[in-house]
Amino acid sequence: MNGFVTGVANWFIGIGEATRGGITRLGFATRFLLAVIRASGSTFLRPRLLIKELYHAGVLSLIIVLMSGLFIGMVLALQGYETLVRFGATEAMGVLVALSLVRELGPVVAGLLFASRAGSAITAEIGLMKTTEQLAAMEVMAVDPVARVVAPRFWAGVISLPLLAALFSTLGIYGGYLVGVKLIGIDGGAFWGQMQAAVDWRYDVLNGVIKSIVFAVAVSLIAVFEGYDATPTAEGVSAATTRTVVTSALVILALDFVLTVFMFRGSI
Amino acid sequence: MNKRTVDLWVGIFVAIGIAALFFLALKVGNLLNFKEEKNGYEVMVRFDNIGNLKARAPVKSAGVVVGRVERIRLDPKTYEATVRIHLEKNFQFPKDTIATIFTSGLLGEQFVGLEAGGDSVMLQDEEWIKKSQSAIQIEKLISQFLFNQAQSGSNGAPANGNAPAAAGVKP
Repeated sequence: MNGFVTGVANWFIGIGEATRGGITRLGFATRFLLAVIRASGSTFLRPRLLIKELYHAGVLSLIIVLMSGLFIGMVLALQGYETLVRFGATEAMGVLVALSLVRELGPVVAGLLFASRAGSAITAEIGLMKTTEQLAAMEVMAVDPVARVVAPRFWAGVISLPLLAALFSTLGIYGGYLVGVKLIGIDGGAFWGQMQAAVDWRYDVLNGVIKSIVFAVAVSLIAVFEGYDATPTAEGVSAATTRTVVTSALVILALDFVLTVFMFRGSI
Repeated sequence: MNKRTVDLWVGIFVAIGIAALFFLALKVGNLLNFKEEKNGYEVMVRFDNIGNLKARAPVKSAGVVVGRVERIRLDPKTYEATVRIHLEKNFQFPKDTIATIFTSGLLGEQFVGLEAGGDSVMLQDEEWIKKSQSAIQIEKLISQFLFNQAQSGSNGAPANGNAPAAAGVKP
């Protein structure tokens, strides 16, 4: 009996510890975000560092994002045709492709790709710098590692992802146009015309951009925080990199649900 | 990596990213109406009711696309819809052409069909098509059908088993 009580107590202690640990990490991450924002003045005063990180986070993610966008747009058009043709409404394909991309798929899939392509790289880089005590060496030389290493990477992510999401949607719509109009043979004027009649630039396009900015802040913060917080061993860096990708994906999908509920409630 | 090369790539990335944002806002979201270059002529036609006709809908003659709907306005005096149609210049139509609004499929988009008449004088730029036929509204057809059913029901004539529908709308 006594052993059973201890077992139950231990079980609850485990839950309590996990909860406290999670909240503590969240608190650390929030304070880290504030520290990054406080240190980012020097980032914009020395744009050279930011441009280098923009190259690594943004330019090197271009190929995967553009190719995925093109193919997802083409697949959307093919599958959409399958359903729309039953109702004789194939002209609505432009609306289908554009709305799904601009509202949801553009920000979400670009965010997921960005987290796995650039976020993991940022975590691994910062984590390895910590493991090899480069960050500690900077502090010894009175160089703030948050300002020198973390802030440029954070801002590069925040700037890159909205641009990548817009490019993703654009290429996706072009892919939908290629399949819908050039391959299947829907009327091109109806494709663009119905799209323009249905897509509102503020309600759909601007909300999509706001989504991608929110995801950009979330993914960039997770990437730099996991790197900075990594256990300074080879194993710790690899675990942190995995955590970046997993947490980013979950956070993007959860945030997407919350944002969609607030932004597009009227149209559900 | 050379400094200038990095700058170049980042510049290209930011530029095409911003261009994509503009594309989404302008071309997809239709922030401004993009005008395509003019190559042809424009005619106007009045309709009592245009149904769901939209700007940029196709204009067809014998099923072949010959132009686009340019603009739709309501005439504030006659309360008719004035539709401005852009036609390609190699398609000439006689003056007594009839414009009709059709629907492609049951729920599909609507388009303007042109039926050529026998006049030897052709339509010129900025001229009016005199004869038109409005869009068929399914709601009106259904209500008319139900009304007829109700009438035949109240006259004591046998309602052919459609009596339940008639009973529902009887005044």
